[in-house]
Amino acid sequence: MLSLIAWKNIWRNKVRSLIVMTSIVLGIWAGTFIMSFSWGMTSQYVNLAIKQEISHIQIHQPDYKKDKNIKFVIPEAESLLSEIKKVKEVKAVSARTLVNGMASSATTGIGVNIEGVDPVSENTVTGMKENVIEGDYFETIKHNPLIIGQKLANKLKVKVRNKVVLTFQDESGNITAGAFRVAGIYKTRNSTFDELNVFTQKEDLNRLLGVHDGDAHEIAVLLNNNNDLPVVMKKLTAKFPKLKVESWEEIAPDLKFVIGSFEQTMYLFITIILLALAFGIVNIMLMAVLERVRELGMLMAIGMSKPRIFFMIMLETFYLSLISGPLGLALAYGTIHYFGIHGIDLSAFSQGLSSYGMDSTVRTSLPAGLYAEILLMVFVASILAAIYPSIKAIKLRPVEAIRKI
Amino acid sequence: MAVIESIHLTKIYDEGPVKVRAVNDVSLKIEEGEFAAIVGPSGSGKTTLLNIIGGLDHPTSGKVLINGNDISELSENQLIDFRLHNIGFIFQAYNLIPVLTARENVSFVMLLQKRPKAEREKRTEELLKEVGLLDRINNRPSELSGGQQQRVAVARALASRPKFVLADEPTANLDSKSTANLLDIMARLNHEENMTFIFSTHDSRVIERARRVITLEDGHIVSDVQQTPHT
Ligand SMILES: Nc1ncnc2c1ncn2[C@@H]1O[C@H](COP(=O)(O)OP(=O)(O)OP(=O)(O)O)[C@@H](O)[C@H]1O
Ligand SMILES: [Mg+2]
Repeated sequence: MLSLIAWKNIWRNKVRSLIVMTSIVLGIWAGTFIMSFSWGMTSQYVNLAIKQEISHIQIHQPDYKKDKNIKFVIPEAESLLSEIKKVKEVKAVSARTLVNGMASSATTGIGVNIEGVDPVSENTVTGMKENVIEGDYFETIKHNPLIIGQKLANKLKVKVRNKVVLTFQDESGNITAGAFRVAGIYKTRNSTFDELNVFTQKEDLNRLLGVHDGDAHEIAVLLNNNNDLPVVMKKLTAKFPKLKVESWEEIAPDLKFVIGSFEQTMYLFITIILLALAFGIVNIMLMAVLERVRELGMLMAIGMSKPRIFFMIMLETFYLSLISGPLGLALAYGTIHYFGIHGIDLSAFSQGLSSYGMDSTVRTSLPAGLYAEILLMVFVASILAAIYPSIKAIKLRPVEAIRKI
Repeated sequence: MAVIESIHLTKIYDEGPVKVRAVNDVSLKIEEGEFAAIVGPSGSGKTTLLNIIGGLDHPTSGKVLINGNDISELSENQLIDFRLHNIGFIFQAYNLIPVLTARENVSFVMLLQKRPKAEREKRTEELLKEVGLLDRINNRPSELSGGQQQRVAVARALASRPKFVLADEPTANLDSKSTANLLDIMARLNHEENMTFIFSTHDSRVIERARRVITLEDGHIVSDVQQTPHT
C-alpha cells in the first residue's frame, strides 16, 4: 500500500516528475555516451598500439633489455615459434632481428629502428601488409627489399624502387652498410611510428649483422583476446625460464596508465553528473514535501508513523530514478551500440590525432560492467538525495501542519 | 470511568510579544457514548483543547487521562501509535489522501493497524454504506463534493475502531444541507455504535444537535450544559 501511494504520489505533479525524470535520463544518457566515446578512443588507441606496435607479449634475452647490444640474441628463436604457437590462446607469433641505424637516400640520412622480419609471420602479428599504400609487401623486389613508412619516405624524398642505404654496427662492432631497395611504403595511424621503423627480411639483416640465421632479438606474440594475457604470461614464463617474457602492460606502462587514469576520470565524471542530478532530486522532493505539509500532518495525526512517512518519501524518490535510470542507460546503450558499429568520423581533426597514434573514426564502447556500476551509482545517489527531504517530512509537527488547514 | 478526563489543563503560548492562555485551567470529563459540542467564539481555545485531548499537542500544565491513562507521559512516537489505535480524527479539510479512492482512504488506517485484509474490506464497505457513499467507493476525493469528502472522513475516523472521535469544525466548509446530513450520520453512529463524538463548532444549527454543549471563552469553560437535541 505504501509503495502504491508513493507510486501514485509521483504522478500528482506529472510535469514536475517528468521534468526531473527527463533530466535524469538525459544526464545519464549524455554522460554515459561521452564516457563511451572516450573509452572507445582510449581502447582503440591501446588496441592499435598493441596490434601495430607492441603485440600482447614480447620475449627477449634478459640482457637485451638492459643493453640493446645486438649480441644478446634469443638462440634458435625460429624453433621456439612453433612451441609458442601450440599455446591455444595465441593467435600469431613473429621473430625479429633489431638494430638501430641510419637510413640514407641521395638527399639525406635519418636515424631509424631497423626490424628484420619474416614477412609472412610478421604480417600475421601486425597486419603490416594492409598498411602498405604504395608498392607491395616483400613481393616483387627479390634482392634486399625494404618497407618504409610514408613519413620517412617523404623526408628521404624516395619512392618505390629507389635505393636506400642502411648503416649500422655489426656484431663485432664494425660499421656496416647495406644497399636496399624500397619495395613498399606503409602508413599506420601513428605517423611517429611510420617515421621511425623500417622493415627488411630477417635473413638479409642477419647476414649483414653477422647474426646466426635462426636467431632473433625479439619474439612478438599476439593473442586472440587480451583477457587471456595473464594465463599466457604464466605459461610462457614457465616454458622459457631463461628468457624475459613481458606483457604489453610491462613494456608500455604508459598505455597501462592511460587506461588507469581513464577509469579514474570516468568515476570523477559520473560523480559530478550524479551530484548535479542529486541536487535536482533534492530540490524537487523538497518541493513535493513542502506543498504536502497539511497532508503529511494529517497522516501523522491519524497515526501514520514516522518511519512509514520516511519510507514513503524515500520510495517516491527512488521510483523517480528507478524509471529514469534504466531508461537513460538503455538509450545510452542503443546509441553506443549504433556508433560502435558505424563509428564517429573525426577526420576533420584526424591530422592532429594521427600523430598521437589515434584513429580518425571513433567507435564508441563501454566495458559491460560499467553499465551496472552506473545504475548502482544512480540508485545510491537518489537514495542519498531522498534522505534530506524525508527527514524534512518527519520533522513536521502534526499540530503545526494541521493549523495551516 | 470517563473516556476522557482533563485535569486543570492549561496551554500557554509564549512565543509572541504577549503570553496567550489558549486553554486556561480546563477540567472536564467525557463519558462513553457522549455527543458533545465544544463551542465558543473564534480564538477561545477550541482547537487547542481538542488537539491536547487528541494527543497532538502538549499542555503547559495539567493532565489528560484517556480511559484513566495519562497520555502526557507518552513520547511523540508512542503518541502516534496511541492516536492510531484510540482516536478518530475529522478535520475541517484535507482529511483524505488525494491519490487514494474513498475505499482506499478508509481502508488505509486499518492497514496501518495491520488488520487482516478480509476485515478491512468488510468494515470499509460497511462504513461507506453507513455514510451513504457505497456508490462512490472507487472515487477519489477530488471527484467527491465537500460534504461527501467529510462523510468519507467520518467513515475513516470510525474505521480504526477508536475509543472516541474528535472533530474540529467538521462542517465549517459545508452548506446547510450537507451539514445536516453529516450531523445525521454522526448522530446515528453515536446512537447505533455508541461511539463518543466530541466536535467543535461555531454553527448554531450544529450546536442544536448536541446533547452536551461546553462553552469556552478565553480558554475557560464558561458553561457546560446537557440538552435535548433537535432532530
Ligand atoms: N501556535 C500558536 N502560537 C501562538 N498562539 C497560538 C497558537 N495557536 C493558537 N494560538 C492562540 O491561542 C488562542 C486559541 O486558539 P484556537 O485556535 O484554539 O482557537 P479556536 O477556538 O479554535 O478559534 P477558531 O474558532 O478561530 O478556530 C488564540 O488566541 C490563538 O491566537
Ligand atoms: Mg479552531
